[in-house]
Amino acid sequence: MSVEIEEKTDAALNARRPEPRAEPLVFERSGEGKVGYSLPPLDVPPAVAIPEGLRRGEIAGETEITEVEIARHFTRLSRLNFSIDQGLYPLGSCTMKHNPRTNEEMARLPGFAAAHPLAPESVSQGALELAWKLERILAELTGLARVTLQPSAGAQGELAGILMVRKALEKSGRARTTVLIPDSAHGTNPASAHFAGYKVRELKSNARGTIDLATLEAAMTEDVAALMLTVPNTLGVFEDRILDIARIVHEKGGYLYCDGANFNAFVGVAKPGLMGVDVMHMNLHKTFSTPHGGGGPGSGPVAVAERLAPFLPRPTVERREDGTYYLDADRPDSIGRLRTFLGNFGMFVRALAYIAAYGNRIGEVARGAVLNANYIRAGLSDLYHLKYDAPSMHEVVFSDKKQTEHGVSNMDIAKRLMDYGFHPPTVSFPLIVHGALMIEPTETEGKVGLDAFIHAMREIARECAEAPDMVRAAPHSTPVKRVDEVGAAKKLTLRWRP
Amino acid sequence: MKFLPNSDAERRDMLAAIGASSIEDLFATVPSAVRQAPDLPDPLSEIEIRRFLGGLASKNANARDTAFFLGGGVYNHYVSAIADQMLYRAEWLTAYTPYQPEVSQGTLQSIFEFQTHVCLLTGLEVANASLYEGASALVEALLMAERLSKGRKRAVLSAGIHPEYRETVRSYFANLGLEIVEVPLGADGATDPRALGAAVDATTFAVAVQSPNFYGVIEDWAVGSAAAKTAGAASVAVVAEAASLAMLKPPGEGGADIACGELQSLGVPMHLGGPLLGFLACRIEHQRQIPGRLVGETLDAEGRRAFCLTLSTREQHIRREKATSNICTNQGLMALASNIHMSLLGKKGMREVAQQSHAKAEYLKGRIAATPGYRLPFSGPTFNEFLVEAPPGVDAAALLDRLAARKILAGIPLSRFFDSRALPADSADRRRFLVAATEMNTRGEMDHLVAALSEVRA
Repeated sequence: MSVEIEEKTDAALNARRPEPRAEPLVFERSGEGKVGYSLPPLDVPPAVAIPEGLRRGEIAGETEITEVEIARHFTRLSRLNFSIDQGLYPLGSCTMKHNPRTNEEMARLPGFAAAHPLAPESVSQGALELAWKLERILAELTGLARVTLQPSAGAQGELAGILMVRKALEKSGRARTTVLIPDSAHGTNPASAHFAGYKVRELKSNARGTIDLATLEAAMTEDVAALMLTVPNTLGVFEDRILDIARIVHEKGGYLYCDGANFNAFVGVAKPGLMGVDVMHMNLHKTFSTPHGGGGPGSGPVAVAERLAPFLPRPTVERREDGTYYLDADRPDSIGRLRTFLGNFGMFVRALAYIAAYGNRIGEVARGAVLNANYIRAGLSDLYHLKYDAPSMHEVVFSDKKQTEHGVSNMDIAKRLMDYGFHPPTVSFPLIVHGALMIEPTETEGKVGLDAFIHAMREIARECAEAPDMVRAAPHSTPVKRVDEVGAAKKLTLRWRP
Repeated sequence: MKFLPNSDAERRDMLAAIGASSIEDLFATVPSAVRQAPDLPDPLSEIEIRRFLGGLASKNANARDTAFFLGGGVYNHYVSAIADQMLYRAEWLTAYTPYQPEVSQGTLQSIFEFQTHVCLLTGLEVANASLYEGASALVEALLMAERLSKGRKRAVLSAGIHPEYRETVRSYFANLGLEIVEVPLGADGATDPRALGAAVDATTFAVAVQSPNFYGVIEDWAVGSAAAKTAGAASVAVVAEAASLAMLKPPGEGGADIACGELQSLGVPMHLGGPLLGFLACRIEHQRQIPGRLVGETLDAEGRRAFCLTLSTREQHIRREKATSNICTNQGLMALASNIHMSLLGKKGMREVAQQSHAKAEYLKGRIAATPGYRLPFSGPTFNEFLVEAPPGVDAAALLDRLAARKILAGIPLSRFFDSRALPADSADRRRFLVAATEMNTRGEMDHLVAALSEVRA
């Protein structure tokens, strides 16, 4: 049960302390006769009233392990992860900000965590009131009329939004055929439009990386149901012609969909409703700080203008005149439901706690995020190429163009950053920047951390020129060395076998 | 503001480095016409936030302060303390999707272990890293079956599938040109095999059956699988009460091609219905069509075992509108909790939890059936949940409301799932409700429930 500790071989290569590694699988730690649970004695007669043909035998291969070993196993595994609490996690478009801990405790109150979604409304008033209040606050922040909290994550929010557009158009005569999506968009946008039954037409961005009004005008026909626009876009650039964009879309009877993944850039400062946005999803795990949890759970509320309100997923949460709350499933024009129950309620609790902490000062979130991104931009733009140099909001997207001259790619730079104690930026998109380094520091990083990051990036730029082989072999100080992802896809091993 | 680390002096220095005179300068591209500060209250302190949310929480009846018998897709099973406490560790809580495997081996290995647990429980060979929850997991399973069929258009769903799952399928299918046929239940409460056979035709891409079904009745997977097989369709097994997987024949043994549903019962609190934990597993020959994140085993540059996300060419960030699904996230933290909890319970514990839940439900079922005026409409075998019909003249929703006021959450009225105006005043469906038991229930509280039901009758 030893944990290998990697020796510090070369101080220059090791910016971080040694890490434990090579933790066996929980199944490999299992031993016959070990027990990790205890149950009270059965206080009713034992009964097996199930025909034998419908029953199973022992679950071959399942674990037998004690709580002690489980504690160690998962603690050791955790130490192989990088997390926000260890340092800057500038994964662009993911808004990796600090997660307030009070929110975690609040979501675990028995009145939330041990309550059931199908308990009578008479004894669920606190839950309904919370959902109603969060809805009202998100409506205020977006400047839109109504909000559904149901979607489980951003992608489901996108689908909900486009389905509402579709239903509204159908109701007025014709669903139309096509959704316009800029070439800078996140991949979920076209995928969601597809699952709403639309064809996707890609809009080519202009030299600023933003929407070209003439291109939009030409593409915006009466076959187009909606334009899906990320604001600010995935380059971190605000569409300064947003009002013209909305006008062009609306003049042809289309809807303006705002992907709110980047709401952190302007929350509390500007309102999508004033921009002409008709429908917008938000990611509670981004802007409103619910934890990312290693890949979820997310939560993707959708705000809509009044004219889309009849089509909201059902049920909606409503308030009676006497101040009591209820669920309204009697909504004949609804797109239906997209999942069970009310949505990821635990995330609602955390998001409401987060917003309450800022209250009317929530614009400081956006101001802090934009300041930090611009500080990084100022600190690095002499060494890293900026394909699009329009002003940055909450994130800045460099490319590896200068470093490829030395045979070093954005992926190599990303891996090398790990040696300096940082999580890499996003490198997989936007697709319009080859070799992208999409950096989103968020507002919860201080100048000290930003300076350290800028220093690391500057050092790496130097290393790319002076020691490109070393950078290409990075990371050098992580629990495992570079992982063979191509090999994983070729010879698939997706589970342990007894 | 305690979440903003920069001091005023630092902000000034940063602006100077940027060459801007104020933060407002950085918002120059945002037209003034769209700017507006929100009308929200003043910021609350941590103490005030706790008071505010604590007040809301205290208005919700919950499993800690009531005799609790609710199920309907979310169950009150015990969650081991460590399965929740481990989630507080920042390395789990504040990391994201493990795109960069060298600094995410913890999350990746845990998902690999989770995938293995799901395979062992379902008797299938491949499982993904989790999905949002049961209903959207069923949608993803059906869409996967549709892709496998290459052009077929009909999904056959048992009416025993959770009504919210079926409604979700309808919402997703509405614009995809896919047809849904629902097969009614027989008198025993299980899917009518003859009706099922009749509904399946050469255009059918999937036959989906839930067990235990929404009414608690255990279905024989082989019935759905046989119907699917005759038409060359995929057999889809739906599980909403995952504790049953430790006692009932697993979908893989019953001929299912895909299993999907909800794992909340194995390590995730009820959370008022979310976050939950969807899952999807399939036979190995279909693994390249599975939606959602997948973790695979591989090697690092020094030949050591390592894990990474794999087959991402199926996913939206590469394939865009041609992706197998639009989903991006999984339920990372819930999958971790479930991995921990399943590992602790293991081979014997999962079985014992299932056996206790079943035995308690059988006890309660027997006692309610013996209570004058109450009857059990379905005769089929059940696992830990069953349907009860209240005496004529007793509206189930009103009855359950009255019991809730006495701190007994006795069940879920069927009327919650139907358009209540469509139900005649004293129809049987208005009198029916679902009752569930788990290892958390004591004999004392079950006797208390039975006594209360007899009183209400009187």
